[in-house]
Amino acid sequence: MRRLRRRLGRIGLHLAAALILAYTLLPFVWAVATSFKAGSALFDTALIPAAPRWDNYLEVFREQPFGLNIVNSVLVAAGTVAISLALGLTAAHALGRVAFRGRSLLLVTVLGVSMFPQVAVLSGLFELIRWLGLYNTLPALILSYLIFTLPFTVWVLTTFVRALPVQIEEAAMIDGASSWTVLTRVFLPLLAPAMVTTGLLAFIAAWNEFLFALTFTLTDDRRTVPVAIALISGASAFEMPWGRIMAASVTVTVPLIALVLVFQRRIVAGLTAGAVKG
Amino acid sequence: MVRRASAAAARRREAALFVVPLLAALAAVAGWPLARTIWLSFTDATLTGGDHDFIGLANYAFLLEDPDWWRAVRNTLVFAAISVALETALGLAIALVLDAQIRLRGVLRAAVLVPWAIPTVVSAQLWAWMLHDQYGVINEVLLAFGLMDAPRAWLADRTLAMASVIAVDVWKTTPFMVLLLLAALQTVPRELHEAAMVDGAGAIRRFLVVTLPAIRPALLVAVIFRTLDALRIFDLIYVMVGNASATATMAVYARQHMVDFQDTGYGSAASTVLFAVIALAAALFIRLGRITAPPAAR
Repeated sequence: MRRLRRRLGRIGLHLAAALILAYTLLPFVWAVATSFKAGSALFDTALIPAAPRWDNYLEVFREQPFGLNIVNSVLVAAGTVAISLALGLTAAHALGRVAFRGRSLLLVTVLGVSMFPQVAVLSGLFELIRWLGLYNTLPALILSYLIFTLPFTVWVLTTFVRALPVQIEEAAMIDGASSWTVLTRVFLPLLAPAMVTTGLLAFIAAWNEFLFALTFTLTDDRRTVPVAIALISGASAFEMPWGRIMAASVTVTVPLIALVLVFQRRIVAGLTAGAVKG
Repeated sequence: MVRRASAAAARRREAALFVVPLLAALAAVAGWPLARTIWLSFTDATLTGGDHDFIGLANYAFLLEDPDWWRAVRNTLVFAAISVALETALGLAIALVLDAQIRLRGVLRAAVLVPWAIPTVVSAQLWAWMLHDQYGVINEVLLAFGLMDAPRAWLADRTLAMASVIAVDVWKTTPFMVLLLLAALQTVPRELHEAAMVDGAGAIRRFLVVTLPAIRPALLVAVIFRTLDALRIFDLIYVMVGNASATATMAVYARQHMVDFQDTGYGSAASTVLFAVIALAAALFIRLGRITAPPAAR
């Protein structure tokens, strides 16, 4: 009886595992399948296209500046990561180590900023960006993306700084090293893995952002990937070029999935750093 | 002794210096724009810029009278409550399966990361295509299995549209729940389970008495962050169904008035209210859970 129940339990567990696999993976598999279907084959529900064709992929790059959109996204995401890490690292070192007045207030403020609804700063940012003459430029996006990358960069890096043994920097201090030297020569190498993690998370967040990119850019050649994909349209509202939309989606998502899978341990560590330790 | 004290003081001064760039950046991209948005909500400003006048609470008065706004408020609350509840339940279930001794555990964990890695706009388009009323694979499959007798317009039908966007949000964000809960589950000592088993506790009892109390803090953090995130939902809904009033949330409503109708003052009033709602919820949660956990990337 007990063995039977145990067996049934195992079977149920494996069934659940199979369901989870189908639930998480099938939608994207369907996107890939659709992207290789052209013409009337698009309306065929075969999971594996009978005659796979590249047409959609060629069209995406021919009919619109999608290559440029990808370059824009890479530049914006890289710029955002660089600035967030530079500001986050200097601040995290101080926040994680030195007990100065107002430190907890500062940490709570940073936490608060991360909860801002993006739309709450939209009109204020729009004004600022126009005043700086940055409307319809990539720096406008880098500037605005700091609002959501800075808070978690600072938080995660601070968590990592606190986890490092104090003795290391004390030794350096006794040897007469300045704070700047300690930061760049001692902390930087030790924090490299943490920086890879936070950098990746910031990159993904910036790569995926939609609202600011939609609002602060105007012309097709300045659009980032998410906006370009959201705005692909056909000759009429009833003729959405689904094959092309899926081809564009697959093109930008496959590298992202690969990146996430390669760095999955680091990403999970970053996402849960502190959220669990509290 | 004196030298050490002054060295510590010097370090504190230096620390303050290291924090200044961060503070300046946050003030520029968050503090100042937020203050301006709140100020603009008391004016008749338009998107094209130019002069604007202080009009007191007029925008807020209009807001109170607009049935579409109240609909947006209701949509936001319904969306947040149902999606977070479903994500938590499903996330916990998946985390428990992943925590069990099972073959291909690594593959499963990697698979769970996939919806998280897919950009929101891509998931929105992908599901809009799968839910297409004429050619969508969801209709096709449900019809083939005899679960429906006629195809449905998942995104055009007013009642189905909300259910559809919630389902897509659940698919996209459950992985985040799973990761947080799995990390917590892995910290539960095995001995506790074994002790409970020796005492003759069944699986359900062990879950309630051993597992749940142990992961409660992580569960709370996950629910709080997901709720605050769900309250500000914009992109998924905007890309899947546009500004349609059946699903428009407060963020969608605010952007529509601010950008499409160019009524910056009025849109700012709507966003200010959304900001206040989220700030209130955050304050409440932090007090309730007595936690200051870091924000995680969405």
